[in-house]
Order: sequence, then structure tokens, then C-alpha cells
Amino acid sequence: MLQTIGVGSMEELLAQVPEGLRAGELAWPAALTEPDLLAHARGLAAKNRPLVCFAGGGAQDHYIPSAVQALVQRGEYLTAYTPYQAEASQGLLQAIYEFQSSVCALYGMDVANASLYDGATALAEAVSAAARITGRHKILLPDSLNPSWRGVLETVFRAKGEPVFERVPCPKGRLDAAEVEARLEGTVAALVVATPNAYGLLETGEVLAEKAHAAGALLIAVADPVSLGVLEAPGAWGADIAVGDGQGLGNALNYGGPHLGLFACRRALLRHVPGRICGKTTDAEGRRGFVLTLQAREQHIRRERAASNVCTNVSLCALAATIHLALLGPQGLREVAELCVDKAHRLAERICGLPGYRLRFEGPFFNEFVLECPGPARRVRDALLKAGILAGIPLETFDESLGNSLLVCVTETRTEEELDRYVAALAGVFP
Amino acid sequence: MKRPEPLSMEQSVPGRRGVRFSAPVRPAAAWLPEGALRKPPPRLPELGEFEVVRHYTRLSQLNYCLDTHLYPLGSCTMKYNPRINEAVAALDGFAQAHPSAPDRAVQGTLEACWRLERLLCELTGLSAFTLQPAAGAHGELTGILLAAAWHRSRRDRQRRQIVVSDSAHGTNPASAAMGGFEVKTVPSGADGRVDVEALKAALGRQTAMVMLTVPNTLGLFETRIREMADAVHSVGALLYMDGANFNALMGLVKPAALGVDILHLNLHKSFSTPHGGGGPGAGPVGVSAALEPFLPLPRVVETKGRYGLRTKNRKSIGSLRAFLGNVGVLLRAYAFLRAHGASDLRAVAEHAILNANYLRVRLSDVFPAAMAEACMHECVLRTQPEQLNGVKTLDVAKRLLDHGFYAPTVYFPLIVPEALMIEPTETESKATLDAFVEALRSIHAEALTDPEKVKGAPWDLPVRRLDELSAARNPDVAWT
Repeated sequence: MLQTIGVGSMEELLAQVPEGLRAGELAWPAALTEPDLLAHARGLAAKNRPLVCFAGGGAQDHYIPSAVQALVQRGEYLTAYTPYQAEASQGLLQAIYEFQSSVCALYGMDVANASLYDGATALAEAVSAAARITGRHKILLPDSLNPSWRGVLETVFRAKGEPVFERVPCPKGRLDAAEVEARLEGTVAALVVATPNAYGLLETGEVLAEKAHAAGALLIAVADPVSLGVLEAPGAWGADIAVGDGQGLGNALNYGGPHLGLFACRRALLRHVPGRICGKTTDAEGRRGFVLTLQAREQHIRRERAASNVCTNVSLCALAATIHLALLGPQGLREVAELCVDKAHRLAERICGLPGYRLRFEGPFFNEFVLECPGPARRVRDALLKAGILAGIPLETFDESLGNSLLVCVTETRTEEELDRYVAALAGVFP
Repeated sequence: MKRPEPLSMEQSVPGRRGVRFSAPVRPAAAWLPEGALRKPPPRLPELGEFEVVRHYTRLSQLNYCLDTHLYPLGSCTMKYNPRINEAVAALDGFAQAHPSAPDRAVQGTLEACWRLERLLCELTGLSAFTLQPAAGAHGELTGILLAAAWHRSRRDRQRRQIVVSDSAHGTNPASAAMGGFEVKTVPSGADGRVDVEALKAALGRQTAMVMLTVPNTLGLFETRIREMADAVHSVGALLYMDGANFNALMGLVKPAALGVDILHLNLHKSFSTPHGGGGPGAGPVGVSAALEPFLPLPRVVETKGRYGLRTKNRKSIGSLRAFLGNVGVLLRAYAFLRAHGASDLRAVAEHAILNANYLRVRLSDVFPAAMAEACMHECVLRTQPEQLNGVKTLDVAKRLLDHGFYAPTVYFPLIVPEALMIEPTETESKATLDAFVEALRSIHAEALTDPEKVKGAPWDLPVRRLDELSAARNPDVAWT
């Protein structure tokens, strides 16, 4: 090959890289053979403790049907890239179209994109779109929004300085319509409403949407897609844009990533949607086909005038979600959501029967609740860890005033025996 | 294989489902207020498991992918994805770790991430990495926010400009704009590299950062990079390197030695993690020591063999997404790096460069190279419609599909008209490259004798050429 190229050596081919800029020998561990590498990786994986998971906070342990992984690991999906050449990527494109359709169905919206990095980044894109659409610059953020998501918004927009965020206090764990109304003035682009919110509580979306719209603002809903198996769709209660994190749809926990950002909205806002979008079309013989569309919005065309710098989706995670939803169907998703509600409520009831434990907030919740413990929540977490249980998330990380509060999450995967163990383990924490 | 497959929704049969769950003790209606409950159920497909498996297997067969076809997308580094990476990431201990578990319960994940960070530091010469960004563009935004924070910390508020090259990926200017910066574009010179004099003229006290891609999107090493770095630093600005093309430098050049302050790497490119049809990827960002305090949180820290997450640091720019990063992708990249020794890594770069030059030399008599010199990991060729009966790059790309090859990146970089940007990577054999050369040469010959055959391509795929214009004019993006 060197001869064909017309050089005498590899070194000659590398002539454009000045000698003075070359790296010396790397300080590098010896290469591992495949068996040795697997053994090394197993050793590392074994340092993670297997735990019965009662933690949520934006990542939940839902059941993944066996067929999901089997299909997602097919090389035709795994090793393809963004379907630039649509004619050679019809399977992937059709799956994305099905994904968008399923997201629309879940959220009660007209249009959806092909996915974003995670729920928090999807919210950042929604906030940015709302500011563009309304020409306004203020976003109302409830304190009932997951603080790590709020942190992402603050990070992403700090340098640009807009939009600006105004926090709406939620001392009772939920938004108060009067508090919201007092802040809805002419510069508000959007009100963000998370339901279920960071404490697991359901907000009164319809009332809040009416108030936002009356002030000329958009309503951005944040909703866990699994909850939408039983909860009213954001589109039905008046949201204009809906986002969520789709990890719970067919994607393992993986210590927080990759996740799946969902983004859907009303049709009128289509041209403000960030990221990749797949659309239906026809080929030269009139047959149905699918392409990436509305690319004039995107960075490779518009460069610094693009609405967003996003140039990929998380296709494989979106595919897992699509297959997951196809396997569950409306009935299966409803069953999962009902099990989440039922098991969470029954566990909460049982714990509240123990002396000193109560729910921190009143109000309906989906599958997460805030437990007010008789002492520091961290002690509960540490004690249950010894019993092989991840009891939840101590909320002092959310808010220092919540030192005795533990955010507990129960999914359909928790067995009755595990619920019993949880309650039994709690009994001895604060003697 | 070429039969059209109905949508999952179109195959739906009421009442059918692929997975069952046990019944709740009490229904949701017993626990939740009536008004919160969903009235009509979502219109999801109703299918049995076998139907779902068959449907998505059939759909998969309508795809070209790296496992089945050469995928020579320039700047995308479509190299083989070793399956050991998949096995590693799928280990239960990793896959089932909850991100809010206390550090002592996830030592394995934290150690793997910490080790990955150390390896990336050694490979690049930089001091520290954040593993948080989920993609290259996300890494760029991180880098831009780092630059903003750096200048802010020095109370230097006039630096509103980011300078990019006209051959840069579109994400560079788009990311800069997201960070609130003005974008100044400098031209490439006749040699395909950044016009150093133009760059110097563009620099000033308003410059926050200069973003360069090395090698650049023409596949050329920026030979005067040190001189440019010095100029950038002399006006108090930072130098960012878009590491999308790092495959060409693996084990060969440490970006820190080029004067780079901030760099992103694409683990789904140079580090062999699968592209997954468009993601998930990972775009870790490395920085020099001075910028380390500004890195996003959380970060993995090590103390005497114990690993923990640092979640607080006054100078940090904050978080770019929830949680630590795309850990599933990071683990795959870690596996790749551990499967290679120092000389293997250098061989990655060398073979990638060898393969790209082989294609350049074997094709440039029919598709002229944009630059008349050796390239690094990718070569940019041109279609000449005026000599090919009006056959354009897009037609050549579509005809390649008929020959059983995915198409190169087309019409990029923007500064080369009718560009075909070809990156074969190190994992393709000479036999495959030869077959690709023959296919492109035969398309060239066909364009001379039967141009309509090329312009009408593809002929042999599940669909003929798709109407992108009408898709954009009458958008139908969801089934109703």
C-alpha cells in the first residue's frame, strides 16, 4: 500500500506532523487479551454492590422485557450511524418514526423529535425554544423541579445570560396557583410544571396551564413517561411542550447514563423543535419512505444561527423505548404504572404505621414519596444499605432543610418480599 | 428483504400484548383522584412478543450498518465495534448501578471511570477530563462554558468572540452561539489549512477562544498549530481543539503539546463505542491544569484507592446533564483502551492514515483530491459534474449504495464544492478498500456512458430515491 501511495515508509507519510510535536512512548498498561479484559471488568463490576433499589430521583429500576436487549443489540441497529443516507437506513428511520409516534401518543402531543441526551437537556432545549417562540426572556421554575435539572438549566444558560430563571417556592412540595399567578407577568416566556414532580407529587396541571396561557406564556410539562400509563397526558391538560426522561422505557440504570431525552409539542411549534426529526415521504415510485427532515433548522446548515447545536439523538436508547412500548402496549404500560402506584402507596402506608415516620408532604403521588424520618435520612440510607437495600435518596442534597427527608421510589420490579424487608429493616434504625 | 414493512401501529390488534404483569392489589383509581387519571389510553401498538421481534428484525434488515457494509463517513470514524465492549458494559454490576447509590456501593463504576480519565489524560497530555458530556457537540458547549467561566473568573468581561475556521464542523459555531458568544470565521488558505495571518488579524482582547479541528476537516494536520497557539495565548485567549478527528493522532501526538487548553474527544469515534444509529455517544472534555477547577460536576476523585464523587466546587461551571455521564459508553471506551497497548494505539493512527491515503491515491485520477498532498485519517475528493454529464456528488453517493457501500460524508467541508469526504478507518482491510475503489471507479465510468443510471440511483434498495423536499414542505412526523 505504501508503494501504491508512492512513499517509502510510514514515516514519510507522516511528514506533515512536525517531529517536535510527536508524542514519546505512552505510559500505558500492557494490552489485555479478551479473556483477561473480561476478568478485569468482572472484577470491577463485582466492586459494585447488588442492591434492591428503592431510589428514583430521575433514574428508576423498571423491568426490561428480554426481547428489548436482544433486538437492540442487533448489529444493524448497534453499528449504524445517523441515517444520512435514508435509502440505506429505512429500518432505523421507520423505527424513529414509530418512536416519535409513541412519544406523541404518550404525551398527547402532535409532534416529537428523535430524542435528546436526557430529560434535563430536553428541558433546556424546551426552555430555549419557549424564549424564541414568545420573544420573552423569563422562565418560571418551580422548586418542585428536580434540583439537578434546575442546575443543568442554570449551567447551560449562565454564559449567555438568557433566558433568566425565577424560582417559584413550593413549601408544601407542590406549586401553589396563587404563587404562580403572582409571578406571571408580561416577560414570562414559560412556566415549567413537573408532574409527578421531584417529590413524586402530582401538580394541578390544568389550572396552571390556564393561568400560564392567560398571561401569554407557554406551559412546559415535565412528565415521567411511565406515569403516563395511568396519568392524564400533558397535551390533554394544556401543556404546549412536554419533555421527560425515557430511561424507564427499556433502558438500564447504567449509573445514570445513557438516558433518553423526550421532547414533544403542539404542531404549531414544529419548526422550533430542536434536534433530529424523522418525517414520512415517498420515493421516486410513490412508495412510502422515511427521511430526516426539517434540516434547515440544524447546525450543519445554519451554523451559528442554528436553534441548537444538537446533531445527534440517542437513537439506540430511543429504539429500546420504542420496542419496550410496542411489547407493553397500552395495557402493559397501564399495568406497570398501576403496580408502581399500588406498591408505592402500600409501602408508604406501612412505613407510616411505624412510630416516628410520616409523609413529608400531603397530596397525590405516583411512585415516589418523601418520607419524614425520626432522625437523619442518611442514617436510614446507611442502615438499610447493610441489609442490601438502597432505601432512597436523602433529600439534604436537594435542600438543607430536608435533612430528615428520604425520597423513596417503588417500581413494579419490587416484590412483596422486598417491601416486607424494607419495612422490617426500618424498624431497627432509630431504636 | 426489500418488502415494505408496515408500521407497528398498523399491525396493531386490539387486546394483544407482548408482556404481562401481575395485577395490583388495589387499582390506581383507589389511590389517586379521578381527575388525575388518564381517560383514553395512549394509542400504542398492541402486538404479541413474536410479532414485535419479527417486526424489528425485519426493519433491521432494511438497514446498512458497519457490521454489513463499509461505512466511510468522513469525520465520523466508523470503525469496528468490538463485542467485548458490549459484554463489559452489560455486566450486571455496572448496568444495574443506580446513580444515587452511595459511593461505597459503586466503587467498581467509579474506579473504571477514574481509570478511563487517567488514560485519556495520558493519551492527550491534558491534566483532567470531565466525563459528563453526552456527545461531541455537548462537549463543545462544555468547552465554551469553561472558557466563559475562565474569563469571568479573571474579571475579563470583554471577551465576547469565538473564532472558528471556515472548515469547522457546524456544531462549533452553533455551540459558540449557545454560549452567548459572537462567532468570527477565519478562512482557510490555499493549502487547505487555517490562514494563520488571517487568524492573527482576527485575534484581540475581544477573543475568548479559538476553536480548531486537528487534523482539520480536509484531513490535514495544522502544521503551524504551535504558532497559532502562541498567537492565541498572547492575546489572552484559549485554544480549543475539536477532537472529532483524534483517530489520526492516537498515540502519535498529544494535543497538550500543541498548546491546546481545552479538547473534546468523541468516544463513539476514535474509541470504538458503537454509534447506535445516532447515539448514545460520549464527548469527554479535557483541560489543562489551570482550567481544572472549572470542570463540571460531579467528578470522580480518588483517595488512597477509594473512589468518590465530588459534587461541590465553587468554581465549577455546574452540570451539563443529570448524573456523571454516559457511563455505559465510558465503560466500552475503557475496554477499548485496555485492549490496546501503547504501540497498538499508535498503529490505530498509522493504519487509519495509511488507508485514507491509499484511497486518495487510487481514486484521485477520477475524483480529484481537494488537496494535492498526503492526508491524515480522511481524504476529501470532488465530483466534477461538468465532466460527468451533470452527475453530482449526491448521485455518486446514492449509486454507491447500489454497490453495497454506505456513502461517504457529502458536501462537507463546505469550502470544497461537490465534496466526498472519505474516512475508511484502520479496521478495514485492503480487500475491502479495493472493492470500494472499484465501485467508485465503475460509477465514474457509468457517469460517462449512462449518466441517467447514476442520477436515478439507488435502484437496488428497499426504496428508490426519497423526496426530501416534500417531507420538509408537508411534515408528517407521527402516525395518527
